[in-house]
Amino acid sequence: MPTEVILPKVDMDMATGQISRWFAEEGARVKKGDVLFEIETDKAAMEIDAPASGVLRDVTGKEGVDIPVGAPVAWIYADDESYAPISPIEGEMSARPTEGVASGGTSQSSTALEPSPVEPTPPDRPLAGHPPLEGEGKTRATPLARRLAREAGLNLSGLTGSGPYGRVVKADVEAAISSPLEGEVSAKRTEGVASEGTAFAPSPVEPTPPDRPSAGHPPLKGEGDVLRLFEQGSYDLVPHDNMRKTIARRLVEAKSTIPHFYLTLDCELDALLALRTQINAAAPMKKTDKGDAPTYKLSVNDMVIKAMAMALKAVPDANASWTESAMVKHKHADVGVAVSIPGGLITPIIRHADEKTLSTISNEMKDLASRARSRKLKPEEYQGGTTAVSNLGMFGIKDFAAVINPPHATILAVGAGEERAVVKNGEIKIATVMSVTLSTDHRAVDGALGAELLVAFKRLIENPMGMLV
Amino acid sequence: MDAMVRELSYAQAIQEAMAIAMEMDERVFLMGEDIGVYGGAFQVTGDLVERFGTERVIDTPISELGGAGVAVGAALTGMRPIFEFQFSDFVTLAMEQIVNQAAKMRFMLGGEVSVPVVMRFPAGSGTGAAAQHSQSLEAWLGHVPGLKVIQPATPYDAKGMLLAAVADPDPVMIFEHKLLYKMKGPVPEGYYTVPIGKADIRREGRDLTIVATSIMVQKALDAAATLEAEGIDVEVVDLRTIRPMDKQTVIDSVKKTSRLMCVYEAVKTLGIGAEVSAMIAESEAFDYLDAPIVRLGGAETPIPYNPELEKATVPQVPDIITAARDLVKGVR
Repeated sequence: MPTEVILPKVDMDMATGQISRWFAEEGARVKKGDVLFEIETDKAAMEIDAPASGVLRDVTGKEGVDIPVGAPVAWIYADDESYAPISPIEGEMSARPTEGVASGGTSQSSTALEPSPVEPTPPDRPLAGHPPLEGEGKTRATPLARRLAREAGLNLSGLTGSGPYGRVVKADVEAAISSPLEGEVSAKRTEGVASEGTAFAPSPVEPTPPDRPSAGHPPLKGEGDVLRLFEQGSYDLVPHDNMRKTIARRLVEAKSTIPHFYLTLDCELDALLALRTQINAAAPMKKTDKGDAPTYKLSVNDMVIKAMAMALKAVPDANASWTESAMVKHKHADVGVAVSIPGGLITPIIRHADEKTLSTISNEMKDLASRARSRKLKPEEYQGGTTAVSNLGMFGIKDFAAVINPPHATILAVGAGEERAVVKNGEIKIATVMSVTLSTDHRAVDGALGAELLVAFKRLIENPMGMLV
Repeated sequence: MDAMVRELSYAQAIQEAMAIAMEMDERVFLMGEDIGVYGGAFQVTGDLVERFGTERVIDTPISELGGAGVAVGAALTGMRPIFEFQFSDFVTLAMEQIVNQAAKMRFMLGGEVSVPVVMRFPAGSGTGAAAQHSQSLEAWLGHVPGLKVIQPATPYDAKGMLLAAVADPDPVMIFEHKLLYKMKGPVPEGYYTVPIGKADIRREGRDLTIVATSIMVQKALDAAATLEAEGIDVEVVDLRTIRPMDKQTVIDSVKKTSRLMCVYEAVKTLGIGAEVSAMIAESEAFDYLDAPIVRLGGAETPIPYNPELEKATVPQVPDIITAARDLVKGVR
């Protein structure tokens, strides 16, 4: 019997994944352990090995398409096994549901995502073959949602389901009823109201000023609502990849559920910069392929990471995570560091940063950042953490407020270190100053506590020897 | 005046019900293996042989088919026998008398006779009694028209439903979970009945209906207490009778909560959960469902002897909590 190649679950809460790249094609001979394809999960790419040796057949898992975890993506036939292609008719039937989620331009093949009839999906994996129904002209909705929509004269197909598999649930219908602009309202409900075309598009003569979006401007929710504001052909549509979707989902969730407040302080950097120069000059050299190189080279950000971790240890009540029933008080300071990568960002974590030396943090950070850019981080390297640091100083940004990344209760936004005039004892002096803004989850950390944390941070930055002991 | 209420164990409540029935009606008598001097395998009969004598508390030979036949025959001729099986698993040996005789007589003889027999079945796993002494076979009998099948979940119901069963003109099968025998609860003195065919809402809630039977009622209540701390408000319906089933109580509950989970110890497939789920899907409550129906039943395996595996084969409180949370939070 041929060996099934499935889309494996490589991340705890992964329901679907995309194959970003196949390394072997239909009919190719593969060896067990060869890299077969690469999966793109929400934030990382992972290489998947061939589970058996033989000839690769029925490669149905297309690149760039959402595929449910556990679904077969190809088969490997051993040398003594005869091969018969999957019948195109049944293939078409089961391939159709995924068309709606295929990324732009990818043509859907006629072969099935579902197993061939010879090898039925075991009954305990009923979910594997059920991608969302969108694109098939059907909407997944609970009976209750259907009834409420029917009673309200609402067309379900215009709604976005928040339930599993995009299923429309009661809450979605209620939301649509309370804001009738989302989703298509049946003709009966819109009778007497302005016709659809004019209801949404602002008048070309008197456009609504952009700074007053609420004045007479309906909320833009659906994709169509946005697109109809622009002339056709005046834009390109770039379908979201998983990372973009994850960033959008997590940030909306964080910014709309966490009560943020912000604290800003200026830190003088001169002592820290001097110490950094001194430490870097003292770095022992090691031989590499490209000649001798120092064994470490600290950046200001490495020292910010260390200072933030030590500040959390000094103010342990601020080293917390909010949950509904209890405060999670962390025993270690694990600092996430926002790393910008092509197409998005990711926050790898320096675990136990309070206990690590600056050189360890620095080298670990270089490794994490470089693997983040090639999307090779493992989920455990970017999930969790107790706080985060986001630094836009390299762009000259003076100060900004970052969005908390749950389960963290705080995030430190770091601006550029720049020479500024400061007043000391009645005299104007020049100092290198860096503004930092702490965003704080008020459910977990109150104002005074947040201030205490930020002051502890400032003290370490301005007295950097404290980070060496 | 209200009867005095005491704390009794489930086994004591049954014993008291049998004693009251025998005192009230001389046609009532007990039969079963080792129920006399020994007091019954689970000491439910206790010392009743001393109070009522060996004429009314009869030790039978080790033949479930023979004992059941005598009980059915006695009932046909006007007596009110209560027949105890040592383990419910041995109902397999007495199927002919229960299914083909007791359940059919009223129907086949034009209503001229009835078979007012009561049969008691110590059931369920959790006592390390292995595959042949741990099953939950109530659904087998629940499939047979002509029988009434009940599963009291508390000492109060055990007494009241047994007295209702003795008063019932038709054969009533009582499945008693062995782990419930030691459970204590308030039981009034004297005679009272709890109606057969009526479910009970043990806990009111908004977010999810759990329909549970027998020992799973208590487990569902324990799970509901934990879930309450998470803000999930669970309604627990104790089905109490599986034939005839109280559909309306379940329908009304699902219409209120919009979510249904069935929790039962018997093997999941083709069990009570399937019946309740299908009943809801066919009912007016269908249009109120806001999530798929979930069944939590026993594993598709004989009950293992190993105590850890034995526990793992039937739903436990953490299983109920996880499944309920997933259902309400929309993971399923």
